[in-house]
Amino acid sequence: MAQKSIYEFSAKKLLMTELPKYFPAYNYHGKLAVISPETDWNKLVAENPWLNTDKLAAKPDQLFGKRGKANLLLLDANLDKLKAFINERMNKEVEIGGIKGTLNRFLVEPFVPHEKEFYVSITSDMDSDTIHFSFEGGIFVEENWDKVTHVSVPIGTDVDSFDLANKLPDLGDLKTTLVPFVKGLLKVYIDQDFAFLEINPFAVTSDGTVVPLDLKAKLDDTASFQHINTWASPENPIQFPRAFGQVLSKEERFIADMDEKTGASLKFTILNRDARVWTMVAGGGGSVVYTDTIADMGFAKELGNYGEYSGNPNREHTELYAQTLIDVLTEKPDPQGRPKILLIGGGIANFTDVKATFMGIVAALRKSAEKLRNANVKIYVRRGGPNEKEGLKLMKDVGEEIGVPIEVYDRYTHMTRIVPLSLKGDS
Amino acid sequence: MTRELFNRDTRAIIYGFQRNAIQRMLDFDFVCKRETPSVAAIIRPSQAGAIGYHKVFWGGTEIVVPIYRKLDLAIKKHPDADVLINFSSFRSAYPTSMEALNAETINTIAVIAEGIPERRSREMYKLAKEKGKVIIGPATVGGIQAGAFKIGNTAGTIENVVLSKLYRPGSVGFVSKSGGMSNEMNFMIAQNSDGVFEGIAIGGDRYAGSSLIDHLLRYEANPKIKMMVCLGEVGGTGEIDIVNAVKVGRLTKPLVMWCIGTAAALLPAGLQFGHAGAMAGSDMETAHAKNKALAEVGVIVPESYDDLGDKIKTTFEKLKAEGKIDPVDDFEPPKLPMDYAQAAKLGIVRRPTTVISTISDERGDVPMFSGVGLDTVVSENKSIGYTIGLLWFKKELPKFAQDYIEIVIKLTSDHGPAVSGAHNAIVTARAGKDLMSSLATGILAIGPRFGGAISDAAKYIKLALDKKMTPQEFVDYMKNVVGINIPGIGHRIKSVQNPDVRVKLLKEFVLNNFEKHPFLDYALEVEMITTSKRNNLILNVDGCIGICFMDLLENLDLSEEEKNDVVETEMLNGFFVLGRSIGMMGHIFDQKRQRAALYRQPWDEILFAD
Repeated sequence: MAQKSIYEFSAKKLLMTELPKYFPAYNYHGKLAVISPETDWNKLVAENPWLNTDKLAAKPDQLFGKRGKANLLLLDANLDKLKAFINERMNKEVEIGGIKGTLNRFLVEPFVPHEKEFYVSITSDMDSDTIHFSFEGGIFVEENWDKVTHVSVPIGTDVDSFDLANKLPDLGDLKTTLVPFVKGLLKVYIDQDFAFLEINPFAVTSDGTVVPLDLKAKLDDTASFQHINTWASPENPIQFPRAFGQVLSKEERFIADMDEKTGASLKFTILNRDARVWTMVAGGGGSVVYTDTIADMGFAKELGNYGEYSGNPNREHTELYAQTLIDVLTEKPDPQGRPKILLIGGGIANFTDVKATFMGIVAALRKSAEKLRNANVKIYVRRGGPNEKEGLKLMKDVGEEIGVPIEVYDRYTHMTRIVPLSLKGDS
Repeated sequence: MTRELFNRDTRAIIYGFQRNAIQRMLDFDFVCKRETPSVAAIIRPSQAGAIGYHKVFWGGTEIVVPIYRKLDLAIKKHPDADVLINFSSFRSAYPTSMEALNAETINTIAVIAEGIPERRSREMYKLAKEKGKVIIGPATVGGIQAGAFKIGNTAGTIENVVLSKLYRPGSVGFVSKSGGMSNEMNFMIAQNSDGVFEGIAIGGDRYAGSSLIDHLLRYEANPKIKMMVCLGEVGGTGEIDIVNAVKVGRLTKPLVMWCIGTAAALLPAGLQFGHAGAMAGSDMETAHAKNKALAEVGVIVPESYDDLGDKIKTTFEKLKAEGKIDPVDDFEPPKLPMDYAQAAKLGIVRRPTTVISTISDERGDVPMFSGVGLDTVVSENKSIGYTIGLLWFKKELPKFAQDYIEIVIKLTSDHGPAVSGAHNAIVTARAGKDLMSSLATGILAIGPRFGGAISDAAKYIKLALDKKMTPQEFVDYMKNVVGINIPGIGHRIKSVQNPDVRVKLLKEFVLNNFEKHPFLDYALEVEMITTSKRNNLILNVDGCIGICFMDLLENLDLSEEEKNDVVETEMLNGFFVLGRSIGMMGHIFDQKRQRAALYRQPWDEILFAD
C-alpha cells in the first residue's frame, strides 16, 4: 500500500516546517503535545509551559474523525480539565464507525477561538491535483458538499503563475491571505508527496493568522527515500500507524517484520483464529481470487486468514511463513471434529520458482507432522510455474511421508477448483 | 494509442543486467522462429567501460548482446529498438524512464519496479501522453505478444510458453492489472480458445501508465483480435471506463470480463478516510458493482472466477461457429536445447573433464592437500617440509626428509647480489618494474649454468651408479665420453684445506640421519680421486644438494620408476627456484627501499670491438 495515513500531530508539524517556505505568513503557534498512557504529566508540562497558560483543546489522534460527535473533543479547557478529560478516556475501548479500539493517544493544542470555519482539502488523480475549498467548513461540510469549489490543477502546472484566485469563490478581504495559503499548501502537498490532505476546519484569527484546527493527511510512503530530511527528522519522525482498532497479533507482526526485510512480498492477516479454512496462496491477484471463491461458496465465516506470498521469496522465508500459518491453524482442532482445510494455491507463476518455494513449505509441513495430524488437517495444492513438476511431486511425497492427506493438482485443474473440491458436502 | 506496440521485429533495450529475463526473451524468440533477437542492447550503469558484451544463447549457439553503461549511447547505436524494458529500482526508474521518454526512437516503456512514488508515475504518464508514447507498468511483469515479442519475465519459462501456446498468435486480446494472474490467464485462454494474441498486465499501482481501457481499445482496433478478455479488480475506476466505452460503442468485440475482489468486504479495511476524493463513486469501486455494471452493458460476465474459463470457451466457440475465427497457423515449436547445468542436474548428460588434479581439492570447507586438511597443517604446526611433501610428493614425509628439504631451502636461499639470478632481479627492479616481473627475470636465469649444477650432479651420479661404474671409470667417462667437468665437483675458492662449511653441515646431516646414503658415499669416493689431482676439485654445495637428494629418494620407499619421475619432473630445480626466490625477493625489496636508480652497465666494463 502506497498511501498511508499519518498522525494529525505529524501532519501539523510537517506543515509547520514546510509551509512557511512557500507561505511566509504562516505564523503557526507550533504548540502541540501528545499524551499517551506513558506520559509523565510533570515532564510534559515542563516541556510545554503553554499547557499552564493557554486555553486548551484536546482530542484523540488515532486516525479517526467525527470526534466531536463521539464526545471525544475537549474545548476551551485548563490543565486540570484536560487531565480529567484524558484520565476519563485513556485506555478506554470505544467503537468508532463499527470498529472497536482502545484510546491511547491524544493531541493537545491551544484552544483557538474563532467565528468562521473554512474547509480545504487536496486530492489527486492521474492527471491532476484537485483543491476543494469551502466557506462552510466543519462538521457539516458533507451536507454542504454542493457549496464546495473544486479546482483541478493539472500535474506539472507552475503553481506560482496558476490563476487560483479567479477559480475560488470571492474571498473578499481574505483573498490576500487565503490564495497564497492554499497555493502554499498545494506546493507542500506536491513537494512532500502527500496523497491526501484535508483541513477541516481551519480558522483565520482576527490578526489574519491561518490556524488549522482538524487535519487529516496521507503520505505516499513509497516516496520515503526522497524525504529523508523531512520525514525522518529527529523532531518529527513520520510514523505510519495502523488504522484505529487494528492490532497485530504476534504472528502477523512476525510476518510483517519479515516482509520488510525482503524484496519479496509476504502478507498475513488473521481473520478468525478458530476458523476451519486457511489459505497459503501465491500472488496478490491469486490470493484475492481464492478469497472470493471461498466467500462465494458461503464459507466466509469459516475463513481463517487472508495472505499471499509472491516475488520469488527464498526457501527460508517461505518456510517461516508456512510454519507461522500452520502454527495458528493447528492451535486447536475443529470443535465439531471436522477436518481443517489448508489450501496451498496459486496460479501459474511467471518467475517464482515453484520447487524452491515448495521446498520451504514442505520443510514446515514435515516439522509439523504431528500438529497437522492432531488438528485433522487436509491439504489441497494447486500451482504452476517454473519447476512445477518437481515442486508438485515434493508435495505429493511429503503427504505420504508424514501421514497427512495432501491432494495435489497441476495447471490442468482450474486454479480455484480446489476450493469446491475441499469444501464439497461441507456446507 | 491504437497503434500496435509489438511485432515480430520489435527490438528492446533492457535497462538493468537481468540475465534470466534476457535469456528467457531470447529463448522465446527462438521458439517463435523470430529472425532477429528481441534484445538489442542492455544497460548496466555499474559497469566501468562504455561498451561491454554479454553472451547469450540463441537456440543452440551463442551470440553477444552489447552492454552499455549509459542509455543515450545505446539509443544512438540501436535506433531500431523502440521498446525500453526498465528493470531499474524504484529509486532510479523515474529518471531512466523520463530519459527514455525523451528519446526519439523509444515508443514503448515497460516499467517493472514496484514502489515508485505515485507522483513520479503520474509525471511519467503525463510526458508519455504528450509524446504519444505508451508506458506499461509500473509494478508489472509486462506482457507478451504471442509469437512476436515478450517483455522480460512474462510467461515464465519456455515450457510454459509452449504449454500456453504463446509461440504463435491466437485470436484473444487479454489485459489485467495483476502480473501474476496474467500468466494463469494466458494458460486458461489457451485451454478454452485458440490462444492469446496479446496479453498485457498493466500493474497493480494506483496510477498505471496505461489503463485497462487503453489496451482494450488497441485490441478493438486490431483486426487479428476477435475477442477480448479482461481481469479487473476492486478499487479504482478503470473498469468503469470500460463500461462507458461499451455503452457508447467504442468497444464492440465480444468482451469476457471479471473483476476480482468480490470478497473485499471480508477483509479489515480500517476506517474510511476522508470524504472529498472517494465521494464521487465509492460504491462503484467494489468488485460486485463493477461486475454488475459490466453485465448491464452487455459485457460477458461469469458468475464467479471459477467459470471464467467456460465463458471464454462459449464465446470463442460461438465466434468460431459464426466463421469469424481464422484458422491458426500452428507449428511445432523448435525444441530448445536444454541448458547443460540443468541437464547435468537431471543426470541425462555427461561431459569429460579437461584437467585431473591429484594433489589438492578446495571444494569443501577446508582446502585439502593430498587428503590432509589445511586446518590440520596449521593447527598441528606442521613444517614447510611437511607441506611440500603433501603437494610435491603426495605423501606425508618422514621427519628427516622434512628437515632435509628445509635445510636445502635455507642453503639455496641466497648467494649474494652478483650471481645471475640476483643480478637480473636487481637490474629489473631498478628499471622500475614490479615485484613479479623482477622476480621472474631472476628465476628465468636459472638453467644449465646457473643453479643447474644441482640437477646435473644428481643426473650424472645416478647414471654412474645405474651403470655400476667404479668411481675411477666414472671420472674417465666424464672426461672422455661426455667431455665436461663433473657437475657438482670443484670450487673457485674453497679447497680440501679450506672446506665449504655448507657442504660440511649437509654431509653431516645426511650421514647422521639417512639410513642409507649410497650416492653420497659414491660421490665422496669420486671426490677422493678428483682432489688427488687438484685440491679445489671438491664436492661443492650444489653437487652435495643434488646428490644427497638422490639419497633422500633412496630412503623414501619409492620404486625405481617413481624415483625417475621425481628427477624427470625437475623437482630439484624446484627446490632451487623455491629457495632462491627468497633471496631474490630480498634483493628486490632492498633495491626498492633504497629507491635505487636505473642500472646501466658502465662502458669501462665493455670492450667495444668490431
